Amino acid sequence: MRTEPWSNPHLPQEAEIVERIDESDRVFTLKLRFTDSTQHDAYRFAPGQFNMLYLYGVGEVPISIVSDPEHDELLDHTIRRVGRVTDGIAALKTGDRLGVRGPYGRGWPLRELEGKDVLIVTGGLGCAPSVSVIQYMMRRRARFGTVTILQGVKHYHDLLWRARYEEWAHTPRTRVMFSADTGGPLWPWHVGPVTGLFEHIDLEPGSTLALLCGPEGMMAATVRALRGLGLADSAIWLSLERSMHCAVGQCGHCQLGGKFVCKDGPVFAYSDIAPLFSEKGL
Amino acid sequence: MDIDVSVRESRFLPSADLQNLLDVLTEAGYECIGPRVRDGAIVYEPVTRAAELPYGITDSQGPGEYRLRADAGGRCFAWANGPQALKPLLFAPQESLWMVSRDAQGRLAFIPAQTLARPIAVLGVRACDLAALRLQDAHFRDGPRPDPAYGARRDALFLIAVHCTHPAATCFCVSTGDGPHADSGYDLALSEIDEGFLVEAGSVAGGVILRRLPTVEATTRQRETAAGEIEAGARAQQRALPGTDLRDTLFERLEHPRWEEVAQRCLSCTNCTSVCPTCFCYSEHDAPRLDGGESAHYRQWDSCFTIGHSYIHGGAVRGGTRERYRQWLTHKLGGWHDQYGRSGCVGCGRCITWCPVGIDITEETRAICAD
Ligand SMILES: Cc1cc2nc3c(=O)[nH]c(=O)nc-3n(C[C@H](O)[C@H](O)[C@H](O)COP(=O)(O)OP(=O)(O)OC[C@H]3O[C@@H](n4cnc5c(N)ncnc54)[C@H](O)[C@@H]3O)c2cc1C
Ligand code: SF4
Ligand code: SF4
Ligand code: FES
Repeated sequence: MRTEPWSNPHLPQEAEIVERIDESDRVFTLKLRFTDSTQHDAYRFAPGQFNMLYLYGVGEVPISIVSDPEHDELLDHTIRRVGRVTDGIAALKTGDRLGVRGPYGRGWPLRELEGKDVLIVTGGLGCAPSVSVIQYMMRRRARFGTVTILQGVKHYHDLLWRARYEEWAHTPRTRVMFSADTGGPLWPWHVGPVTGLFEHIDLEPGSTLALLCGPEGMMAATVRALRGLGLADSAIWLSLERSMHCAVGQCGHCQLGGKFVCKDGPVFAYSDIAPLFSEKGL
Repeated sequence: MDIDVSVRESRFLPSADLQNLLDVLTEAGYECIGPRVRDGAIVYEPVTRAAELPYGITDSQGPGEYRLRADAGGRCFAWANGPQALKPLLFAPQESLWMVSRDAQGRLAFIPAQTLARPIAVLGVRACDLAALRLQDAHFRDGPRPDPAYGARRDALFLIAVHCTHPAATCFCVSTGDGPHADSGYDLALSEIDEGFLVEAGSVAGGVILRRLPTVEATTRQRETAAGEIEAGARAQQRALPGTDLRDTLFERLEHPRWEEVAQRCLSCTNCTSVCPTCFCYSEHDAPRLDGGESAHYRQWDSCFTIGHSYIHGGAVRGGTRERYRQWLTHKLGGWHDQYGRSGCVGCGRCITWCPVGIDITEETRAICAD
């Protein structure tokens, strides 16, 4: 429970863009620092949590925090341009100001992951919530068992951060595999849905936790495959996306059944949302 | 039906002295809000003279139907709730959350909105609306991140309940366990009988006001008359929900054909969510000033019946009326149990009365939850 320093839970704080990195023509990373240094130093978060970023005069959007909670000095957000607010944020430069409030939600189950094998299945363009937890584990490699990263993309052009994946693939006890719905002459990996990669891996269902992030259709197919392989519902974790206006459990936009995705999630154990997740349009 | 409606420890205030109540409240610093007839409906508005109250007026309500007519009894509270609940007095239909200014260097300064909460006394609050208020309190005030505007207005609120003796045909508060007798949550409660009002205090603040009124001890006969009228009102209710916890049943029946059938009739007009005293959804927007130096960030009521409510880039999660009606009903009667430990429906019947095509929540629920 935190009521300070923002007794008005809707009020952003000013932050400055310290660095901007273009990851592709539609994806960019902003490294932010609160302009109030006390505020900056007091800020704590966990991988999988998100901030509300406010673009002056336009509005707020929920964006995951991808920096390391202990090692990084700045707050990194990797953003894909898809509409009104994200297009506007994309036009900002180093030194420009944003509003930031957060962190919100419940992140990945870091404590449960310790000592376990971890399977990460992501789809879509550089799924930010999964990047944060992968980096977290890579930096603390000894605390986790085998880490398997399965990344699915629509088109082979869409694969971001090749260098980063390369580095992860060369980390001990770490496997990285890709699939693309549409391959190409230079695509050495699997062509087809990401679940097709399951043939090539072997899991210890009793000691593996799976972390999923991406389009809901892809996650639903992955859940089915993982249950088929014997993973318990409580061993499968998903990061969900819903419309969010307030991020503090008030505006009602993010509801999924009786859950507020903004505060009860965005990361859920599949066992907590099982009957709701499989239903379209809830 | 077993309902405890005994009217205990009450004082009697003669009809002619109702003005005293308004005067005492005004002297104590409250602005009085009470029932008044406006555009053919009973709404809550400022009131200073008892004569402005709806004496001799009653209503008739049905699915998609609301009419006022003269009532021979000449009483002041011989009607069931109109469209407006307490909700807009606490959760404003539109209000600024904060302002931001931007200087020539592009620096931003965020200024929280200040809520000037005037002390308000509301006269005529029904049991269903008190129950709804408890739910809105749980949502906006009692969580880890309380809403400051709601909290400020809530603290400044004085509530004068009236035990309901004239439920409408659309009311079903007995089946939700929320009325027609107001059990708690008020400062004062009135029972109207022919010669005046029985007055009970429900809080310390209420006791202070009560002691300033020219009351006498109520007689046993007056108390029995009042209790009998409330019981008769309860027995007169024609509608009911088929249970108080339908959560599991509803979430097991997400594929019931009735969702599609009701979607053929529902206009997705959002009337039901606007009149519902427990609906809490809102959207946030920015209103930049034309000179570019300032922007107001405000919220306004939203509804799960709009396509924007579930919009994420690429499209709405709940694209059709079937999914949106299902959201309304499964949230109201299901999701609320997870969120706040009970159903989100207090049986006020407003969504039935104010639905332009007369969709009846009790009928839809029975159809979906039957056997
Ligand atoms: C927990 C969480 C974490 C996220 N993390 C990331 C991340 O790390 N990186 C990333 O790139 N993205 C992330 N997203 C997604 C990101 O929040 C959205 O892409 C972003 O909100 C899009 O905003 P926009 O204004 O640019 O797009 P738009 O599509 O223009 O707008 C989306 C929002 O604007 C409103 N809106 C727009 N059009 C309409 C309409 N026609 N009708 C009604 N309302 C409309 C709605 O409020 C809607 O929610 C995350 C989302 C969530 C929920
Ligand atoms: S759902 Fe209908 S009857 Fe129930 S509280 Fe809301 S408006 Fe009243
Ligand atoms: S989701 Fe719908 S039913 Fe639930 S509070 Fe919001 S508007 Fe009301
Ligand atoms: S985003 Fe407002 S309730 Fe979750």
